[in-house]
Amino acid sequence: MPDTSNSLTELGVAQIRDGVANGDFSAVEVAEAFNANVAAAQEALNAFIIATPEKAIEAAQATDAKRARGEALGKMGGVPIGMKDLFATFDVQTTAASHMLEGFKPQYESTVSQKLWDAGAGMLGKLNLDQFAMGSSNETSYFGNVISPWKRNDGGNAALAPGGSSGGSSSALAARLCPAATGTDTGGSIRQPAAFTGTTGIKPTYGRCSRWGVVAFASSLDQAGPMARSVQDCAIMLEAMAGFDAKDSTSLDLPVPNWEAALSGDMKGKKVGIPKEYRVEGLDDDVAKSWDDGIAWLKDAGAEIVEISLPHTKYALPTYYIIAPAEASSNLARYDGVRYGLRDLPDGANLQDMYAATRAAGFGPEVKRRILIGTYVLSAGFYDAYYTQAQKVRALIAQDFAKAFEQCDVILAPTAPSAAFGLGENVDDPLKMYLNDVFAVPASLAGLPAMSVPAGLNREGLPLGLQVIGKAFDEQGVLNAGLALEQRAQFAAKPEKWW
Amino acid sequence: MSVDTATVAKIASLARIKVSEAEIEAMVPELNGILAWVEQLGEVDTSNVEPMTAVIPNTLRLREDVIDADPLTGGNKRDAVLANAPAAEHGFFGVPKVIE
Repeated sequence: MPDTSNSLTELGVAQIRDGVANGDFSAVEVAEAFNANVAAAQEALNAFIIATPEKAIEAAQATDAKRARGEALGKMGGVPIGMKDLFATFDVQTTAASHMLEGFKPQYESTVSQKLWDAGAGMLGKLNLDQFAMGSSNETSYFGNVISPWKRNDGGNAALAPGGSSGGSSSALAARLCPAATGTDTGGSIRQPAAFTGTTGIKPTYGRCSRWGVVAFASSLDQAGPMARSVQDCAIMLEAMAGFDAKDSTSLDLPVPNWEAALSGDMKGKKVGIPKEYRVEGLDDDVAKSWDDGIAWLKDAGAEIVEISLPHTKYALPTYYIIAPAEASSNLARYDGVRYGLRDLPDGANLQDMYAATRAAGFGPEVKRRILIGTYVLSAGFYDAYYTQAQKVRALIAQDFAKAFEQCDVILAPTAPSAAFGLGENVDDPLKMYLNDVFAVPASLAGLPAMSVPAGLNREGLPLGLQVIGKAFDEQGVLNAGLALEQRAQFAAKPEKWW
Repeated sequence: MSVDTATVAKIASLARIKVSEAEIEAMVPELNGILAWVEQLGEVDTSNVEPMTAVIPNTLRLREDVIDADPLTGGNKRDAVLANAPAAEHGFFGVPKVIE
């Protein structure tokens, strides 16, 4: 028998699903190949907080047994995936990359992960992330930085950020440690890491994927989505993840479309909006060029290009940095050292002392910074000036999109203002770090579906992503435009293996 | 608006996060940098705008008023609920003495 273990890890979701169904290889062979890659890369990339090879094998055996019995294998049948460690997984440590939740073993399963297991997927492990999903470089994890498998082509050896907060997901995908991974996106946490690593990810319309069992950051923004290495793979996995859930009060009670079956890269009759406000002064040359490439590709696919205006774009980031910390300060109040997670009880401490000591020990600096900002903007006397004003500007940002979509079907923009930066380059300046999400945050504030697909490499040999933003509920339009880009970008670059 | 050390100490106390004097000193310029930046929102005319309450129009549902409508979130889960408690005692969450 030929050694397929190496080539198996090059396969994506659709190829694995179809190959297992056809009997070209077994699900167990696939799981073993990815388990081996996960183990071999752990020290160098730190993409996983814990690996769960036995879970991957167990699910694969179940799929192989189903196939032997002639049963249907499910949308994700035989596909092993990485699970961002923000999703509660039954009896498997779930940390949100925090000391606060170190050792926490949920006694329930998140809706999204349960749907994936029900669809035949298996779990390779829990992926590292920025602590409580707060960060853009995966440098805030209590369990250490995730390293991108990509290197600049300058001969240097600088360790690069995989993006954040879904940095374990993006690093693992680019390094072929998994064919797909879950991500969550509050202000760009699926799209920016995908762009940094030459991978693909979609944040669906707010409410498509249940938030039940996802460690909460900013509930009006948090949305789960798939990350993979192709648009088709994202479509398949999103079908498995999405759907109404009575346990999430903001879950959309809508049927899940068959996105994969309706995929089409034909853009004839479609209008693509180019937001003039995203052409910011000093936009990176390579990013600007990749945007122009994307415009040309969508024209080639038959689309008409129209200029649109999103006048409140410049206010999106400051709006986000009021609303997200405000919601975080409220959500993270639950970590009190009483019901689960860390407890720090100094000698002679009373209950209030215990709360304060526990939260001082359990939260990292960025999490504390955001809780304090959130507490301040919600405090008496400042609430209207900050929080209410931000909610009003958020309404204006959503109106901007609604008006723009009277003129176009989808919007094309860069995903991030630059390619991946080096670890440590932005950590000392929170504002500079926040600017990474300048193109990603507006769609989050408006709850719109948005995806990033690889566009090419910059002059340093690093991936750049293009972002497609769609109308609410129109994931299909986003996926189709993404496919049109993917078919023309022909992105085949992958990091040279050094780990 | 900007914060001083006393304000940061007050916020930290409201947020129940113990901070040292040195941490407060370091946080003052950081928080002021962020606050000065978000204050640009003040220049947006929002006099005729309602603050957003739901990003995607949706209605809040009521569940049926029955016990254990969803067994996952229903009752009889004491041991599961206490499984991760740092100090579970006699079927309760243990906390330091509250009443002197």
